[in-house]
Amino acid sequence: MTTPDEPDQEQAATPLVPAYVITNGRSLLDDDEFSLITLVTTAQDSPSTQHLDPEKRRLLELCSGGHLSVAEIAGHTQFPVGVVKILLSDLTQAGYLITRAPIPAAKLVDRNILEEVLHGLQARFG
Amino acid sequence: MAFKPALDDGVYLRESVQTAAKILVVGHFAVGKTTFIGTMSEIPPLRTEEVMTQAGEGIDDLKGTPGKTTTTVAMDFGRLTLSERLVLYLFGTPGQQRFVQVWEDMSRGALGALVLVDPERLEESFPVMDLVEHYGIPYAIAVNRFDDRPNHEDAEIREALDLLPETPLVNCDARDQRSSANALITLVRYLQSRLT
Repeated sequence: MTTPDEPDQEQAATPLVPAYVITNGRSLLDDDEFSLITLVTTAQDSPSTQHLDPEKRRLLELCSGGHLSVAEIAGHTQFPVGVVKILLSDLTQAGYLITRAPIPAAKLVDRNILEEVLHGLQARFG
Repeated sequence: MAFKPALDDGVYLRESVQTAAKILVVGHFAVGKTTFIGTMSEIPPLRTEEVMTQAGEGIDDLKGTPGKTTTTVAMDFGRLTLSERLVLYLFGTPGQQRFVQVWEDMSRGALGALVLVDPERLEESFPVMDLVEHYGIPYAIAVNRFDDRPNHEDAEIREALDLLPETPLVNCDARDQRSSANALITLVRYLQSRLT
């Protein structure tokens, strides 16, 4: 089936602000610190945001409403995923955000998680 | 700056959700990944972009033509809250071999993959199946079609895609929620069967 709404898989990137400016020159993270499905929200007693870059303040504003995944934060802000991960990493280290890590790789084949996924799907769509 | 969505439209996860799981919805361009995700997601599907550049080389590229060396790869995804504590994310992942960077990110932590195939364009599914197998992601095949088909085609599709006997093959109309859910259920049952 053809889906006209499917995105072109690649296109020239013409960001208004280059990624290396937003991230103050930091290179992209290359580890498991933040995955696409790490859940993030603002910390209870987060420090003052006055001195933060506008991009970081935007992320904090978005995160203040509740838990969202890293992917959702990227989707809502339209920042590239790699940039979002860096900004979230900075904000978490500085005490603004707290995270719920995804399932550890060793537990992915956990019977209980698959059972819960199956039951959830059947309950909603069965 | 309207970055914060309206609070009453179900944008945020329930407070009780503790665990996030991920299933990939993969396939060649325009096979129906976006439709499938839109059908199943509880939120309007979102799009993320991965910028494909060499990590750490941005500063040195300052004098280059802006945008010349970077490519963005768009991914659509959706969300399904499946219990008080568990949320499932469905990620549509492009099937081109040159996007291995994205695949490394996507495959990490995925429960499994649903491979959407178009029976009229089976050969276009070969690259994505190579990727799924390369990354060791367990998968089921969902044949995206609208009508019932004669049974003998299952064997033809299995042979064309060189499937193992245990790999599930299920019909799926990506526009239909029950049909799409059934394809996911088939995949999860298969994942369970691999544990025994």
